[in-house]
Amino acid sequence: MQTPLLTVDHLNFGFYDRPLYQDLSFELAPGSMTSLIGANGVGKTTLVRLLMKQLKPQTGAITYRQDPAVSIGYVPQFRNLEDEYPLSIRSFVALNHPRHFPWMTASDKQALNRVLDETHLLDRQHQRLGAASGGEKQKAYLAQALLDRPNFLILDESTASLDVNTKIELMDLVKELNQKNGLTVLFVTHDLNLAKQYTDQYLLLTKDGYEMKPVAEMDVTTMPEELQPVVEYQEED
Amino acid sequence: MGIFSYDFMRNAFIASTFIALTTGVVGVFVSARGMSFLAHTLSEIGFAGAAFGVFLGIPPLDGMLAFTAVSSVAVGRLSARASRREESISAVSSLFIGLGILFLSLSNQSSSYATTILFGSIIGISSQDVVQLIGLAIFVLVTVVIGYRWLAFDSFDSIGAKAQGLNTRLVSVYFLIILAVSVSIGAQIVGSLLVFILLTLPPSVAKYLGRTLPQMMLISVAAALIGVWVGLILGYLTNWPVTFFIATIEFIFYFLALGYHNLHN
Repeated sequence: MQTPLLTVDHLNFGFYDRPLYQDLSFELAPGSMTSLIGANGVGKTTLVRLLMKQLKPQTGAITYRQDPAVSIGYVPQFRNLEDEYPLSIRSFVALNHPRHFPWMTASDKQALNRVLDETHLLDRQHQRLGAASGGEKQKAYLAQALLDRPNFLILDESTASLDVNTKIELMDLVKELNQKNGLTVLFVTHDLNLAKQYTDQYLLLTKDGYEMKPVAEMDVTTMPEELQPVVEYQEED
Repeated sequence: MGIFSYDFMRNAFIASTFIALTTGVVGVFVSARGMSFLAHTLSEIGFAGAAFGVFLGIPPLDGMLAFTAVSSVAVGRLSARASRREESISAVSSLFIGLGILFLSLSNQSSSYATTILFGSIIGISSQDVVQLIGLAIFVLVTVVIGYRWLAFDSFDSIGAKAQGLNTRLVSVYFLIILAVSVSIGAQIVGSLLVFILLTLPPSVAKYLGRTLPQMMLISVAAALIGVWVGLILGYLTNWPVTFFIATIEFIFYFLALGYHNLHN
């Protein structure tokens, strides 16, 4: 079996009187796509921060594969860009260049073109980001996180504010990158349908514990109420 | 042109060129970070610092640098939360205007000195001042180049910068010090109260016309340079205040750029 990309071993973490995880243990295989699901307040974002080493486990361990080393790309949940945001999609993506001077070398430009191509943004690269569509913006956020070629991508509720078609377009793209480049993906979401359709397994966090299963074994009806797909008419009981 | 046969006009041109370069570049980040109001406050703090310098008998520029550098970091921390940014900046600027007036009064300087600090004194720039200004301008520009990647990322996408592990708090302090020095430089020629024109209007022009950071810097510097150069020439020809011309030219640029932007969007 391949060395796991990430091993979380008996992780305990909580705030003051609110314990979040007790003995949370799971592994992510390289090239896997995993949904992280759970109601608000169960600690999804906190887990992401732990994985990104912004917080330290109280007990237990989070271990990344050493060889080849793991580098993390993170697409945050919210961006507050105004309509008048001046930079083009290309310039926005280039903000994450691992360079230290105002100019770009030929290989910098190559890396930028490659990621714009992979995210299907080449045609739209000179469009102002402020005037771009919701889907283009999401792709630009994704492209920016992918610019320094991480092998582990964390998407934090990236589809929450999007309409259905745009969600599907974005997730198709993520799946494509996962299959083509072997990118390992952790997709933080509320959307059980997207989780089922696009990821291989899910990690469900609840107040009482957690479960990690292949999505094929997901039983939507036993999921916490908050995660149930919204039905248009709900009968009074 | 006869205009350059005067030492003070040559000095004014050299000084204003470096001021325009500095404020044009730094202003692009001021605008992206939504800090125009803070730039205004810093110019008032600069006024108080200059008055303090006069009171102590040290060069006004040194007083300005000291006051703006220390207080910019304090104001920056106070106004980190956007919801109370405006009121905390207003509070600090009121205090500093008061202090400026106090120091001027204590130092027994005439009110004409206050006008000089507030509205700048192009005629009063000596060759020694010019050398100091060029030194500070180069310091600011080199500092921007060294921190370029972090400044650009944090200013244009602070959420993304944080997501990629950048220490955005450190970048913020780094930038505030750059801003403080730029304000002190700019105040020499356009005056404390109007220094924020050069820090805000040319970058706004650039925001509407440019799509990449180098483009925006180029447009911003060009708009600032044209403003100060034409302003100086018109001031020389008419004897009207240079600041008036600079303000008017920058306003016209801003208005045209906004119109262009609205037409194309």
